[in-house]
Amino acid sequence: MNEFLLLAFLFLIAGVVAVPIASRLGLGSVLGYLIAGVAISPLLQILNVDVVSIQHFAEFGVVMMLFLVGLELEPRMLWAMRTKLLGLGGLQVSITTLIVMGIAMLLGQPWSVALAIGMVLALSSTAIVLQTLNEKGLMKSDGGQSSFSVLLFQDIAVIPMLAFIPLLALPELASIGLIEAAEGDHGSMSLVEGLNAWQQVLVTFCAIAFVVVGGSYLTRPVFRFIAMAHLRELFTAFTLLLVIGIALLMIVVGLSPALGTFLAGVVLANSEYRHELESNIGPFKGLLLGLFFITVGAAIQFELLYANLGQVVAMTIGLMTLKAAILYALSRIFGISGADRWLFTLGLAQAGEFGFVLLAFTVASSVIPAAVADQLLLVVTLSMLLTPALFIVYDKLIAPRFGASQAREADEIEEQGNVIIAGHGRFGGIINRILLSAGFKTVVLDYQSEELERLQAFGVKGYFGDAMRPDLLHAAGIEEAKMLVIAIDEKDSITELVHYISENYPDVYIVARALDRHHVYELWSAGARDIIRETFDSSVRAGRSALEALGVHPYDAERQIRGFLINDREQMLNMASLYDPDIPAHENPEFVEETKKHIARYEQAMRGNSAAFGSRLDRGWVPPSTDDVETEQEAASKE
Amino acid sequence: MARAAQAVDGITYVDLYHDYPRFDINVDIEQQRLLDHDVILFQCPLFWYSTPSIIKEWQDLVLEHGFAFGAGGDKLSGKHMMLAVTAAGPEDAYTDEGYQRYPLRTFLKPLEQTARLCEMHFTAPYVLYGALNAPATGQADKHINGYRQLLEAIRDDSYDLPAAKDMDVVGFKNLPLLQEARS
Repeated sequence: MNEFLLLAFLFLIAGVVAVPIASRLGLGSVLGYLIAGVAISPLLQILNVDVVSIQHFAEFGVVMMLFLVGLELEPRMLWAMRTKLLGLGGLQVSITTLIVMGIAMLLGQPWSVALAIGMVLALSSTAIVLQTLNEKGLMKSDGGQSSFSVLLFQDIAVIPMLAFIPLLALPELASIGLIEAAEGDHGSMSLVEGLNAWQQVLVTFCAIAFVVVGGSYLTRPVFRFIAMAHLRELFTAFTLLLVIGIALLMIVVGLSPALGTFLAGVVLANSEYRHELESNIGPFKGLLLGLFFITVGAAIQFELLYANLGQVVAMTIGLMTLKAAILYALSRIFGISGADRWLFTLGLAQAGEFGFVLLAFTVASSVIPAAVADQLLLVVTLSMLLTPALFIVYDKLIAPRFGASQAREADEIEEQGNVIIAGHGRFGGIINRILLSAGFKTVVLDYQSEELERLQAFGVKGYFGDAMRPDLLHAAGIEEAKMLVIAIDEKDSITELVHYISENYPDVYIVARALDRHHVYELWSAGARDIIRETFDSSVRAGRSALEALGVHPYDAERQIRGFLINDREQMLNMASLYDPDIPAHENPEFVEETKKHIARYEQAMRGNSAAFGSRLDRGWVPPSTDDVETEQEAASKE
Repeated sequence: MARAAQAVDGITYVDLYHDYPRFDINVDIEQQRLLDHDVILFQCPLFWYSTPSIIKEWQDLVLEHGFAFGAGGDKLSGKHMMLAVTAAGPEDAYTDEGYQRYPLRTFLKPLEQTARLCEMHFTAPYVLYGALNAPATGQADKHINGYRQLLEAIRDDSYDLPAAKDMDVVGFKNLPLLQEARS
């Protein structure tokens, strides 16, 4: 227990210290974690920590990340990506594998070893690339989408590779390797080992079908069941359960857990719980990936690196140049242009974390001799370490040169809802309908599942979740939003939310619902400037109806109401500027004075003295007097 | 034309429909605006041989008795009133023989007389005929360009107001601009 706490403390402090510094210096979080790992590696050695096993654990962060990526991708979008996924991804993996294999053979490796090396090095780092793309907001760009397609194909390709590698076993290594392979962590949980080919296919198919069907039909009742407990942590627990459960299922049937959770994400992308799931799993993903990057940094075997420094560096640079060249050629063929082409080329030039997995497996399966594998491990690590540097090159040197093509991407970001509506009850619902019918994109947040399900039936899209949670607002895209409409019921929550948004996102326009006059003052001092009292307009309209029914001419009634509105508004502005949230209203002398004046005017108005409204609308067209007419006639006769 | 007008520095551009989407015109603000300026120009398309309704509402309320006309109503005396209008019909429609039956200025008589009663000078309107086809024929761009010149000339006192007063209508071809030397 103590040892665990010490380790956790060590990893956390390394991350907490290194990442902010790296971000500040513009290096990005990934490099920060990697450097943190390098920094604590001597300590870990002294403590005799098994970094590699922690790394295997932390790789689950990649699985979570793919779940999150899936949540962002609707099935329709995935289908639209199919050419890139198969064409771009397939070509990248096969061409890189073959060329690396050729070079390895030229360097004197037997063909089977060379092929295994080719497969190991063809893969790129999903963790680093997706994390960086998300951080920079480039996921939706052409380059980001292409990179993602290739990474997804690679994640899928790992499975046949794992199946294929044992066939390459070297006879002279086999005697040592067999024992290890038998205990290797790969096969131990597999259900499908003993089955023949068609049974395997059937089981695989059933597992995928289970994920798709379960995701579509089971989540809603389960969520409703959990909502009954009214405990927020239960949602988090369920989300974790969901991801871990799917990962386990996939391992059992011999599929990639990353692929399985990705599929589950895609299935749930259309559900109203999407943002809730996103914000629940987000912190876990972030921490695990951070841990993963730290272990990558910490796992560098420095003695070995120094011993073969020249060779390792040359191999790393050679590999990255080669991969970049292949990516560049592919991007030309697939028409990725401008800054996107460079993003794609530089972003995917490294080897990745699946390289670690495959290397461990190749050694265990007696395909690659351990000495070669150790060197390759260094190459993979070093290339991952260099990737953030390439992203910096892209940011500083390449992106500015293609300023024009970036502008085009702005359109695609518009796809995100640019108005967030918090609360979809009687108030928010109407706002949503008006905005939607005017062609604006909205994201609706509400935490009453029944209300959301009712909406779903009418084709209105809403997401489950409490708008008071910053992480949920983030998931709903508050950074890119133009406007937040706060239409929730609770007075204090509204004020709190206005505070939070106007302080942290001053560019987001706020339309806030106020419950009463006093609430308006609170919201005003909290930073809202567009404040609507929830019953005010209906009361005013009711007043107009009453006037009309009492025989006042409808147009006069209308004008009287408008005058009332204008006066009331001026009054509110006056009072709001005097209001101080830190002093109770009755102890604020200026506020009390103004209130008294207001009441006096109001009473006059109530007594039927309509001039008391003092409205500018009381001024209408006035006919000229008879004197005027005479004056004009005189003037005209003189001309 | 609105964009061209907004781009000219040194003049005040007012979009009445923007300021008063619910037609509740603020008479005090509008009267102050009139007092602050020497030339008042109404820019609008012609709707049914007159201005759009908000300009009529504006006239009804802002040109108040005692302010613009009548006893004590000399606040606008000596100022200039101008129009910049676009008409759907072609130029030859606005003749005694054309399908509109009357010259354009006939339809603008109520405004002309309004100016007169307020002791304002009414000068020839800046007109684009056949406005529906104008974007296609390139007339619109020329008209907008002329409009910018016109506004800048008014601002710089290089618009020949006396000459314009004697003209029937002004177009981008016959802008009465004063020579630089004279101004």
